Amino acid sequence: MKPTLAHAFWELRLTLRNGEQLLLTLIIPLALLIGICATGVLSSSDGLSRVEQAYPMVCMVSLIATCFTSLAIGTGFERRSGALTFLATTPLGRQGLVLGKVIATVMLAAISIVLVTVTAVILGWRPSIAALWALPILLIAGIAFATWALVIASVFRAEAVLAIANALFLVLVVVGGASARSSSNSAGVLVELVPSAALADALRSSLGVGSAPCWPTLAILAVWAIVGYALARSRFRWQ
Amino acid sequence: MRSAASPGNFTTPLLRYSAEGRNSRLAQPRKLMVMSALEVENLRISYGDFEAVRGISFSAQGGTVTSLVGPNGAGKTSTLEACTDIRPITSGVIRVLGMSPGESSSRVGTMLQSGGLYPTSRPLEWLTYLSRLYPSGRNPRELLDLVGIDPASRTTTRRMSGGEQQRLKFAAALLPRPELLFLDEPTAGMDPQARRNLIDVIGDLRSAGVAVVLTTHVLADIEELADHIIVLRHGVIERSGTLAELRGEGSSLSFDARAGLDVADMMRALPAGYLVVEAGSGSYVVEGEPTPVALAAITSWLADHDEATTGIRVGRMSLEDLIIGDAS
Repeated sequence: MKPTLAHAFWELRLTLRNGEQLLLTLIIPLALLIGICATGVLSSSDGLSRVEQAYPMVCMVSLIATCFTSLAIGTGFERRSGALTFLATTPLGRQGLVLGKVIATVMLAAISIVLVTVTAVILGWRPSIAALWALPILLIAGIAFATWALVIASVFRAEAVLAIANALFLVLVVVGGASARSSSNSAGVLVELVPSAALADALRSSLGVGSAPCWPTLAILAVWAIVGYALARSRFRWQ
Repeated sequence: MRSAASPGNFTTPLLRYSAEGRNSRLAQPRKLMVMSALEVENLRISYGDFEAVRGISFSAQGGTVTSLVGPNGAGKTSTLEACTDIRPITSGVIRVLGMSPGESSSRVGTMLQSGGLYPTSRPLEWLTYLSRLYPSGRNPRELLDLVGIDPASRTTTRRMSGGEQQRLKFAAALLPRPELLFLDEPTAGMDPQARRNLIDVIGDLRSAGVAVVLTTHVLADIEELADHIIVLRHGVIERSGTLAELRGEGSSLSFDARAGLDVADMMRALPAGYLVVEAGSGSYVVEGEPTPVALAAITSWLADHDEATTGIRVGRMSLEDLIIGDAS
């Protein structure tokens, strides 16, 4: 366990020191939250305050930035530099490496979401008991995004991973953000199949409206997680 | 500065192997000999349809330097990667310190040919992190001193020169206090001073009983370091032996004279073990070490039989031709 934890802190340290990843995982979510609440660009619907609308959406952005984009880019470049290959020859081994990566990603996501949550509380957000739903929602969605990040990092070259992960980040955030603004959209059924939309919907129920998420959103996230896990197991490459 | 590599820092592999040998004797009565640090049997590695390594077998012992040499694409790196458990093998057996490659990682040091460093990390923090992966890793600062990198350096890996990166990778390979050390082209990109230092450190490790297995394209490395040389070509072992043995194999004596000489009579004039062959019309090859005695025997036989020679050559195939060049 000691090598695994050492690796987790090593990855976290390098990520937090990298300007682009820091911007993506911590600064952009915070700026979004403060920006949306300050300007009110999201028109208030069904009686939610600005922060009640913005906070669940920004949690989604945090999770995608940390578990998907940052993980994919970091892993892509690790593969190219041969660092993963070398670490596979040490007692850390493949399993320790994967587990260490998981722990590092969870820590990064936790840091980002805790920062966003503290800011949201300062801006007036107050949790209801339904906020507890956010933990399983974030966990399932985190697994889904992280496993897909590893698949993309394994299939493409590092530069392509950088481009794809950033492009998908924008698409996912826009689709998720659009769906979160109106949960009862009839044309939104297909959109709900996009993991960020399902995540945004579930978080909006839990953290915004203060009710349990509807089960299809959880089911959609679970399917993405299961497929991602299966693909990551078969496609993950060290070199 | 080199005191860090003194014998006291290493467990003597022989002691440990003999202890293991005693345990395995019950199960395998044949294995009374001291176990090799590395044993490779009939190793095959394929990339799709292409077979890069085609059934090679060799072993490496503690206290010796084994050098895998051969042209690019011969299968050297694939073999080393298989031994460090990062390259899947098609068939064959690899035993590292008597175990499978994955089980021995805490006692084995590895320096890969391509990469193996985080571009954004600094030398000391990288080795400090790595030292936490090994049960009894060496002191990172000492290792940086040993390879000539300032421990206080804040230069990130990607800004270091190729030679500096090589030195850092070498330091990382020494971190576990290895009993077996795999080095894939360790001197590549190093300046003469750094290379000298590396060769000295490897010599110290050998004296301390460490088994070193390395690949190199540098003939001087082979001449200075290798106790045992394995020449790979197209995935097979073309020849192997000590430097002196390989040199002996590449020696030749040949001469031109009238066609149809009595080679059987000529062989009686030579010391035992020599073979004279008329390779072409009037072109003779003496197979065997081209010693002065052999040369004298040939010339005196020619004089005794009043045969003129139009050319006589004592050749030694250069080490370069033998190892790197095309096989004739």
